[in-house]
Parts: sequence; C-alpha cells; structure tokens
Amino acid sequence: MPYVRFIDRPTFRNPWAEFERIRQGLDELSRSYAEKSKGQGRANVYPALNIYEEADRLVVTAELPGVKASDLDLSIEGDTLTLQGKRERRQNEAGISYHRREIQSGGFSRAIALPTKVDAEHVGARLVDGMLTITLMKASAVTPRQIQVTAE
Amino acid sequence: MSEQELKVQEKKTARPGGENTKNETYFAPHVDIYETDREVTVIADMPGVTVEGVDLALEDNILTIQGHRAPQAQPGRIILEEYEIGHYLRRFTVAESIDQEKIAASLADGVLTVRLPKAVPAQPRKIEVKLG
Repeated sequence: MPYVRFIDRPTFRNPWAEFERIRQGLDELSRSYAEKSKGQGRANVYPALNIYEEADRLVVTAELPGVKASDLDLSIEGDTLTLQGKRERRQNEAGISYHRREIQSGGFSRAIALPTKVDAEHVGARLVDGMLTITLMKASAVTPRQIQVTAE
Repeated sequence: MSEQELKVQEKKTARPGGENTKNETYFAPHVDIYETDREVTVIADMPGVTVEGVDLALEDNILTIQGHRAPQAQPGRIILEEYEIGHYLRRFTVAESIDQEKIAASLADGVLTVRLPKAVPAQPRKIEVKLG
C-alpha cells in the first residue's frame, strides 16, 4: 500500500515567488545603472576635488590617502591653485605574495583655476587622516560688503 | 619620468547586509592584500576616517572592514563636486586560519593596515618525486 510520509509531502511552492525574484533582479539592474550615471568619474586628473564657497572664502578638499604632508606641494599663482605630490610605494618585503593590488602609487600634479580671486597671503592647508582641506580667503575686492542703508 | 602618474580611481559603492535605514553611502575601499608565510596583511584606503571610526570583525572566516566618517557640516555652497563622501565597507573571506587574538590594526594618513597572523605557520613541505 502506498503511503505518504509526512516529510515526503512536496513543499508548497508560491507561484508568485518566481515573479518576485525577477522583479528584484530588475530592481538591482536599474539601481546599478542609476548609480553609475551619478556624477562619478568626472575628474580625470588626480586628485578629485570638491570646492565649497562661503561668503568670504573658498574651501578646496581632496582625498589623498597615503600621502604625507612632506610629500605634498601646494602653490598659488594668481587664481591658479597647483597641487603636486606623490604617494610612496611601500617597500616590497621579500617572500610576499599579493592577493590583490588595487592601491596605486606615483606622482600627481593638478592645476585648477579658482572661480574667484583669492588672497594668496591667507591660505591655510591641513592634511588630516588623508583628507586635504585648503582654505583660501577671497580677495577683499570680491568679498561682499555690507552696505548701510540710512533712513532720512 | 620613471614615476607613474596617479589616476582617479572610480569609487564603487558597497552594500551592507540589509538595506540601510539611514540614507548613507558606503564605498568599497581600494585594498592591497598580501601574504607572507606568517601573516596576511590587508591595506585599505580610507581617507577621512579616524581611529574611533574603524570597525573590524573576523567572524566565520569573514573579515569585515568598516570605516565610519564623523558627520561634518558642509562648508558653504558646493561649486565643484568630483568625489562623493561616504563610509567604507568591505568584506573578505579569509581562507587561512587566523589567530584571532593577535590581529593588529593601525591607521596612518587615511590608510588602514590590518595584520592577521596565521594560527599555525605553514611548514614548507617538499614533495619528492621519484622516478618509478
């Protein structure tokens, strides 16, 4: 006599589960496209920069992992800011085998035209945890000045 | 010039296990991984991360490297944006057996170095091939 054991019962299959799986796959695909088109890769010269503007200053930031402050050279000429530097390759120990090698080393040089005139005498630069922050005070000629309005 | 020029490397987004409740971006840091007969070393670029923000875990042979950035107020209006700021996350399956107690990590200039000493130093074994 054939008998059905409890555990031999076919597991209930949700007919919609397959559709759900396809939908998730499509979501994943569209998401990866959306992310790709989002602004990255516009900088083609190292390092990639972000520039912020405040009323009286410009703030330039860059991610420079592994770059020592002593290997970084900044200069300003007129309204052109130049960043130069290098990232040292770690010394290769004998008897090591690489699994992955994604970190690059080498030199870089980038000149960027600043959108406003700046006061070359008042430039501050900090390199902390691989983040470079340059603060440039705008030249007094382009700093907005408050104008007093007097009532008669 | 013999020195190589640095290039801008594209940042790849990383996905934590589930979906985030917070709308935060995670990037997969670029890494170098190398092995000697005594240890496995992982070097990850995580600019902007402080020592407090680093979170390391080795569970079931999965090494998870996380770097959280302290939230910072944006200084003024952005006029040029060439890179995005985000946290860092990357996971690796470590094939070797690692001595959990002796894992050491250091952070310098935005570069994290994790040293994973192997539990049993692999003895180089020579297999002789005999002519039969």
